[in-house]
Amino acid sequence: MSEAPIQINPDLCRGCKKCVSACPFGVLYMDGKMVMLKPDECRGCLACVQSCPFQAITAVTPDEVDHERLREYHDIWVFAEQSGGKVLEVAYELLATGRRLADQRGCALAAVVLGHEIGHTADHLIAAGADKVILADDPLLATYEANVYTDALHQLILRHKPEVVLAGATAIGRGFFAKVAVRCYTGLTADCTALAIDRETTLLHQTRPAFGGNIMATIMTPNHRPQMATVRPHVFKMNSPNASRTGETLLEALKLAQPATRVTRKIPASSSVNIAAADIIVAGGRGLQKAENLQLLQRLAQLLGGVVGVSRACVDAGWISAAHQVGQSGQTVSPKVYFAFGISGAIQHLEGMRSADTIIAVNNDPNAPIFDVADLGIIGDLTEIIPALADALEARARN
Amino acid sequence: MHIAVCIKQVPDTANVRINPETNTLMREGVESILNPYDEYALEQALALRDEYGAKVTALSMGPPQARLILREALARGADDAALLSDRAFAGADTWATSYILAQAIKQLKPKVDLVLFGKQAIDGDTAQVGPGVSEFLKYPLVTYVRNLQVSDTGHFTAETLMDEGVEVIEGQLPAVVTVVKESATPRFAPLAGWMGSQHTEIPSWGVKQLKAVPDLCGLQGSPTRVVKIFAPPVKSGGTRMDGRELPSAAVDAIVALLREKGAVK
Repeated sequence: MSEAPIQINPDLCRGCKKCVSACPFGVLYMDGKMVMLKPDECRGCLACVQSCPFQAITAVTPDEVDHERLREYHDIWVFAEQSGGKVLEVAYELLATGRRLADQRGCALAAVVLGHEIGHTADHLIAAGADKVILADDPLLATYEANVYTDALHQLILRHKPEVVLAGATAIGRGFFAKVAVRCYTGLTADCTALAIDRETTLLHQTRPAFGGNIMATIMTPNHRPQMATVRPHVFKMNSPNASRTGETLLEALKLAQPATRVTRKIPASSSVNIAAADIIVAGGRGLQKAENLQLLQRLAQLLGGVVGVSRACVDAGWISAAHQVGQSGQTVSPKVYFAFGISGAIQHLEGMRSADTIIAVNNDPNAPIFDVADLGIIGDLTEIIPALADALEARARN
Repeated sequence: MHIAVCIKQVPDTANVRINPETNTLMREGVESILNPYDEYALEQALALRDEYGAKVTALSMGPPQARLILREALARGADDAALLSDRAFAGADTWATSYILAQAIKQLKPKVDLVLFGKQAIDGDTAQVGPGVSEFLKYPLVTYVRNLQVSDTGHFTAETLMDEGVEVIEGQLPAVVTVVKESATPRFAPLAGWMGSQHTEIPSWGVKQLKAVPDLCGLQGSPTRVVKIFAPPVKSGGTRMDGRELPSAAVDAIVALLREKGAVK
């Protein structure tokens, strides 16, 4: 355990509490007329040093030692989100990427599971590439509550000091990771599409789209730890499990506060469509021209065992629910086959589907940007081509 | 009840491009707009005020031009607005932005009961600042809310859009809530609102007024660094054919490709 980054001189402290309100982390508190520090949780931001009118607080850590502090952090962690005891696919995708990064960095890869009665997840996570599984099994973690999850992960980070922590950019991952990053005073990069260890600095290069996908940015967290990032589901591919891998399981006891909010009811998604998990997506856009033409897509999707996707224009027009929307403000998908009928290919849409294995585009505009990403691009009228294609597939199925 | 709504002025992202020669952002001539998701947050605040009575304060961190969206918030019906602006805030990442917004909310009188955000801003798309502010304020956090009800006693019920469906969440104010577009249809600003908004002074608060620590502001306070920006890679084009004359040839090509990929037998 290293020394606390600040020191309070009791002879100079007048109990004015200015430092208590200046501290963004709430780690200073009054004990009678004296200010006290929770040393483990102090992030060394030195806000209190600047706020004290009496110079009663001094920084212990010169810059040199700061780098020493950074070196205490090691290993790569993947937050393995689970729901009802089942680990989400995105966690396995992250373990595949995490494995590559850990090998590059020469460190261990750990999966962190928060929940209740989750012991059975460990074997799967080790088979997916984890060297260690860190299990925080507590009834208070049975359902997600942002602050309780934040408490849990924060305590584990203080205890083990991971160098990198990754999570899926799910509703839960996005919700509490930002709180953990604030509490740790560290950087968090959302929705990364590429992660790599920089050879020279050994820092994590986090690449993500910004400005609606018109721009890619590479981001680093040079002087704070852990380096944190989220990745959307289906951006990375998972490895096939290797049951012969072995690893260590750590059971962690935590001190958790009661949740401030509680879930009183769950309403399962009304439409059963899950376009993110589909192997074949038959998508349409503005070029459909009217809601009735969605039926063309539906017929084709049914024949192929796929689902219907749409661009934002169709959702905005009220033709279909947002659950079908592909793109930056909808879902990111990576099916085996993606059909784009009458989708021009705005960058926001491309961002959500460019990782599909095979892209087939039909558009009457020869200059539509969708053709730049299509494996097969057909200039034509979708109202002619879809029915003809559906008929051909039906005929094949009969024979 | 005092509701703070945090809003952001963003470039209309569809038009932002990279200069391929210099690898820098080309923002000239790109229109600035009120982040669309923040319109829903503002509407949610105004709807709660209309139903239960409340004071609504709009806050925005940004350059002096961001006054424009605060003026728009006033025109739509917000009671008060403040701009959080200082040279020291430049280059803030989500950590440093959350810090400044939280400092501002701590200054507001009476004490803020509810802080509303849009689920994310369309320029960065991080969805991190709302949760970050909840952490600095030590307020409970509920994200992706499509329906929010508050009782006289400050008990709230929120419907949130999670990955597996809708969850109904209950709790007690204060809270930080981020909203999705399903939450409300934003109202238009009436002409009288625009006229009235011209008379409301929008103060600008900097490091001093916010009692912020300079080292935690802007680029200096930000843990992250952008080391490179570049244009997104484009997948090289595949086969192109004209199916206008002979749609059946196009159909054959599609079927052949589907067979090759194992999608049809």
